Amino acid sequence: MEQVKHSHPNYIGIWVALAVLTAVELGVAFLPWSKTTLILLLIGLALWKALLVALYFMHLRFEPNRLRILAIAPLPLAVILVTAVITEYFW
Amino acid sequence: MAHAHALTHDDVMRPPAGREPGSGVYNEKLGMWVFLGSEVMFFTSLIGAYIILRFGHPEKWAPPGEVLNVPVTAVNTFLLICSSVTMVKAFASAQDGNQRALRSWLLATVLIGASFVGVQVYEYAELVHKGFVPSEGLYGSTFFTMTGFHGFHVTVGVLCMMFVTWRAFQGKYTATDHRGVEVIGLYWHFVDLVWIILFTIVYLI
Repeated sequence: MEQVKHSHPNYIGIWVALAVLTAVELGVAFLPWSKTTLILLLIGLALWKALLVALYFMHLRFEPNRLRILAIAPLPLAVILVTAVITEYFW
Repeated sequence: MAHAHALTHDDVMRPPAGREPGSGVYNEKLGMWVFLGSEVMFFTSLIGAYIILRFGHPEKWAPPGEVLNVPVTAVNTFLLICSSVTMVKAFASAQDGNQRALRSWLLATVLIGASFVGVQVYEYAELVHKGFVPSEGLYGSTFFTMTGFHGFHVTVGVLCMMFVTWRAFQGKYTATDHRGVEVIGLYWHFVDLVWIILFTIVYLI
């Protein structure tokens, strides 16, 4: 079978980062801090992990711009929806 | 059709293959990304409804770890992260044309993915036994709706992955054409990404 040498991103490094970030989340979730601080921290950590998965495992980092635009197209809509429903409670 | 090469209005609206610059990706991958775009909105609508219900009735939710089994779910989260790395390793092996590695990594992904579903079934059985069911109230109904739809996605992913693995054992994926591996990989990583968000908002907050 043909074998082609390809250079690959450091997938194991991303895996370690995801595992460490998950451990940090578990540690943070049970700290006796204010609910708002915890929510902001935990959402930040989750988005960081999600970004790592999208950029490296789904290789968006290495895709042409046209595909990246397609991939992020629904995100503004998602942000608008979530912001709209959260805003109600801080009005 | 006197002038075969002249650009008519029909051609503009339905260009023959080769004339469109396209998005720089093959059709199956483009189709998967469009589908994932619709999936983003599907899960966003669930999360939006969850936020409305939770902010509106915060007293209905127990503190993290009180009802839901966070240690078991943390192990499951780790399993899903592992299955994402075995999936991307399968893709890298396909790029290299390494058939043996491709088959091993795909098999590992199927096994770990199925384990995730197994642990979730165990978690559900334990919760139902404790009386935490969808009809319990807002907490139960939102929990089972969100994790249930996600678990359904994982199950579909495992079934599709079994099909891809079966084809890999037939030698259908080469270094020059491994579209099936990449497309199922995109779906699999997306399902992992959704779990990352759900784990935080459903179990940790």
